[in-house]
Amino acid sequence: MLLIDCPYCGPRAEVEFSYGNEAHIARPLQPEALDDDDWADYLFMKTNRKGVMLERWVHSHGCRRWFNVARDTVTYEILAVYPMGAKPPKLPERSYL
Amino acid sequence: MAQRFRLSDGGLIDRKTTLSFTFEGRRYRGHPGDSLASALLANGVHFVARSFKYHRPRGIFAAGAEEPNALVQLGEDARTEPNLRATQIELYDGLAANPQHCWPSLDFDVGGVNDRLARFFPAGFYYKTFMWPASMWMKYEAVIRQAAGLGKAPSEADPDSYDKTFAHADLLVVGGGPAGLAAALAAARSGARVVLAEQDARLGGWLLSAAGVEIDGQPALEWVAAAEAELQSLPEVTLLKRTQCFGVYDHNFFALNERVSDHLPLAARDPRLPRQRLWKLRVKQAVFATGAIERPLVFRDNDRPGIMLASAAETYVRRYGVKPGTKAVVFTNNDGGYGAALALHRAGTKVAAVVDLREAPEGPLTAAAQAAGLDIFAGHAVIGTDGGKRIAGCRIAPLDESGKRAFGGGTPLDCDLLVSSGGWSPTVHLFAQAKGKLVWDEAQACFVPGDPGRPEQRSAGAANGAFDLTTGLEQGHAAGLAAAAAAGFKSKGRRKPAPPKAAGDGTMGFLPARFLYLVPSDRPLGQGGKHFVDLQNDVAASDLQLALREGYGSIEHVKRYTTTGMGTDQGKTGNVNAIGIVAEQLGRPLPEVGVTTFRLPYTPVTFGIFAGRDVDDLLDPVRTTPMQTWHKSNGAVFEDVGQWKRPWYFRRPGEDMAAAVQRECKAVRDSLGLLDASTLGKIDIQGPDAAVFLNRVYSNAWSKLAVGKCRYGLMLGEDGMVMDDGVTARLGEWHYLMSTTTGNAAAVLAHLEEWLQTEWPELKVYLTSVTEQWATLQLAGPNACKLLSRFTDLDLSPEAFGFMEVKTAEVMGVPARIFRISFTGELSYEINVPASYGQAVWEAFMREGETYGITPFGTETMHVLRAEKGFIIVGQETDGSVTPLDLGLEGLCSKTKDFIGKRSLARPDMALPDRKQLVGLETEDPSEVLPEGAQLTESVPETPTPASPVPIAGHVTSSYMSPNLGRSLALALVKGGREKLGQRLYAPLADGRTLACKIVSPVFYDPEGEKMRA
Repeated sequence: MLLIDCPYCGPRAEVEFSYGNEAHIARPLQPEALDDDDWADYLFMKTNRKGVMLERWVHSHGCRRWFNVARDTVTYEILAVYPMGAKPPKLPERSYL
Repeated sequence: MAQRFRLSDGGLIDRKTTLSFTFEGRRYRGHPGDSLASALLANGVHFVARSFKYHRPRGIFAAGAEEPNALVQLGEDARTEPNLRATQIELYDGLAANPQHCWPSLDFDVGGVNDRLARFFPAGFYYKTFMWPASMWMKYEAVIRQAAGLGKAPSEADPDSYDKTFAHADLLVVGGGPAGLAAALAAARSGARVVLAEQDARLGGWLLSAAGVEIDGQPALEWVAAAEAELQSLPEVTLLKRTQCFGVYDHNFFALNERVSDHLPLAARDPRLPRQRLWKLRVKQAVFATGAIERPLVFRDNDRPGIMLASAAETYVRRYGVKPGTKAVVFTNNDGGYGAALALHRAGTKVAAVVDLREAPEGPLTAAAQAAGLDIFAGHAVIGTDGGKRIAGCRIAPLDESGKRAFGGGTPLDCDLLVSSGGWSPTVHLFAQAKGKLVWDEAQACFVPGDPGRPEQRSAGAANGAFDLTTGLEQGHAAGLAAAAAAGFKSKGRRKPAPPKAAGDGTMGFLPARFLYLVPSDRPLGQGGKHFVDLQNDVAASDLQLALREGYGSIEHVKRYTTTGMGTDQGKTGNVNAIGIVAEQLGRPLPEVGVTTFRLPYTPVTFGIFAGRDVDDLLDPVRTTPMQTWHKSNGAVFEDVGQWKRPWYFRRPGEDMAAAVQRECKAVRDSLGLLDASTLGKIDIQGPDAAVFLNRVYSNAWSKLAVGKCRYGLMLGEDGMVMDDGVTARLGEWHYLMSTTTGNAAAVLAHLEEWLQTEWPELKVYLTSVTEQWATLQLAGPNACKLLSRFTDLDLSPEAFGFMEVKTAEVMGVPARIFRISFTGELSYEINVPASYGQAVWEAFMREGETYGITPFGTETMHVLRAEKGFIIVGQETDGSVTPLDLGLEGLCSKTKDFIGKRSLARPDMALPDRKQLVGLETEDPSEVLPEGAQLTESVPETPTPASPVPIAGHVTSSYMSPNLGRSLALALVKGGREKLGQRLYAPLADGRTLACKIVSPVFYDPEGEKMRA
């Protein structure tokens, strides 16, 4: 079970959180201007990276705040936690075969 | 019965107290400090089990967690537990154990015939034999399970309680042997918070059965006692004995199973204490000082009762004061095995021979055995054994230099005990579970920890391949210091702390050794006997070779095909031998073959600890409304809606559900009903941007809703599917109250918060769940206004208080919000009062309402009444694949603004004419009620077996008998349904009948809505 460092509450067990999938996917400002393929891409397509993944979590059973997490999907190491709206910090490149 | 094999002195048992216990109904005696296994051996009982596949007699093989054979059924009735290792069961007075997996008895077991038929049961037997026909597999399986079962699960509810503890620490030390104690002491002295977990009832590890060992100038066990006393005295140390760390999870999270009262007689167990406890422990650092497990030698017929590990024999003599046999043969490939020979010799067992695979035996223990005058056969091997329910003798023969061939038919030796030592395997399970990399130590022939999965996890002592005591203590000490430092604790004092110092025989490890994974015999492998590799699953060396011949090259495949290492012991004694044999056969170096994946749990864990206290009433929280007491005492039958208990209907004496619902439905339409609607989700929305926010999350428009007005809103997911619905009222300029469906309240709040925080943080909107702060009483029926007017000064005339309006007023002197909205289609008021007044107002309504025959009604009646009106229920008419268009609610989708889900509604599939659309259905026979979920077809399917697939036109979503219409009605989703009004459909039912019905409008009652607007 992961130990996630909530930026507002401190380190807490994974069971207190919910997963919110890939981070930094902004909702298009004018959805009607998108064609069906682009809209489908926004709506359904997520990357599933082997390596460092930027993802959203929410402290559902705590402060209920959303934030971003940079997590290595191979080692499950959490490399950074940063607030919604912030740019991801510089992270070491990690590549796996 | 006397304990004929109990030594007169020595061991860590209390001879002054005698305990009585039974095994297979026979009564025996033992002492405190005994395990069930040691007590049985003290009574001369070796034969305790039948093997899994061949039902061969099996004896006690080990003395710890690695035991593959001696699995017993402990306890009786509701407390019975299968597959427990006799070697780890602490003896208590009145203990009752039974053998398992034999019928009718251990001694005479019908399944034993399998052994005679062994050549018909090779590896992969089940795969090969029972493949065809596939339809018969279920029948085969039942028979196979019956024959192969491992013990019996209790059939009654578990009477014991279990608990969970969530804890944090700086350091977890697993293992209370010398290395673990050194680690715990070093870390604890620096002030770190340390948890020390030891699977045994005593600390000390292998020191408990060692002879002549000194640490820091004291006899080993005195050093252990002093270490324990020091650890006990430190406030930051938690000592957990009888506690198995069975699993490692991410981010240094550990699961430990503490056996709190299992070791006590039933009558002595404190009912306030749990039987066992699950520790969920998060630490900064961990030290694995889990020791090592001895490997047996794999020789022909190496499985008879009376054959055991050398270290086990040593433990039975030294720790338990038991003589495991009268005449022993010791078979070893290393110096360490001589420890057992010396222990047995000193205990008075005649050591008939020490058979040593090494050409030139040497080492400290070997020298001691030579000095004691034991007969040593160098370069020899045991090539076979005799006996039935106990070993009676063996044959030994010299080996050639390669170790692949034995010379001659062997010299027979009588014995009733044969112990073997093939080297040692560090207990790397936890390290490997945490994805640590194992490396092969060629000199010691074992896998040892290499790169750890996490830098916070260290291995020390025998678990790290350090088999001599001095190095083990040094490693434990160093690991403890390093872990404490990494956790932020510096050691106290000016001088660098020194590790404990060891002295004495038997502290030097087990080398030198000559490693042979398969001991040859005078006959080819698999003929006239079996070389067992996995005793628990009856896998022999010949099975491994068969798997290789049949093309299984990967060790993971060999494991699955032969089931080696797949028993409850997970191959603790057998796996490395199996890998060695496979490597030899493949002609590849052993480390290239590699290990199979280590999976938790290390030893089996009872389900009870995972349930803990979360059973019965505590399984899931129960939510009740403020009026629950009244409901319970007035005949309510409850329905679960999420965690809520909602009155389903109120039963009067002599009524069944149908009668009660018909009565309630009539009462609401004819006069007056009262519904508890408190469970509907209520979200308080405030802020200057509240209207903008509602415009985005609801499909319909909210900008123009005036203060004091209510509006029905439809909420979609971004995929365009209906997610929730409900009425939202504008209470003030910046203040709204949103209602949600009961089951979706939490999900809707989470959905709103997510959008607000992640997509629109610039909006000034605050969301607060107020579901439980308000009790909601719904008065519904033509007389609703008349009754309510008796409780409030508010002008209730339709001109002053119209449909879809909200007012704040006092009801019975209680501050209330009154919503004139309707889900039943009748004149209706929803009165919200602070929760604590709910029941008082409810009771007053019931008292005063008698004039109008006021009738409390439940959710079923509410469902019937709303279905008469064609109102949907999210989750009943919708299932996550239904759009507003499908429901005929396109009028609720704004064309002028954007909202969540809007773009998806413009995708081409959403406009397809054959999407399932909401319609009403009337059965041709008005007394027939269609089953909800029934599939609908356009023609009567051919009977009895229509060609598959039958084209499906749609399905029934809601269906009731309506007393107001005097007939049944149903709602359904039908392909292109709105264009098919008047068309006939058929519902073929499971009972063979087919009901004909007609597509109609989904609004059956008061289509103009005159009643609710009155």
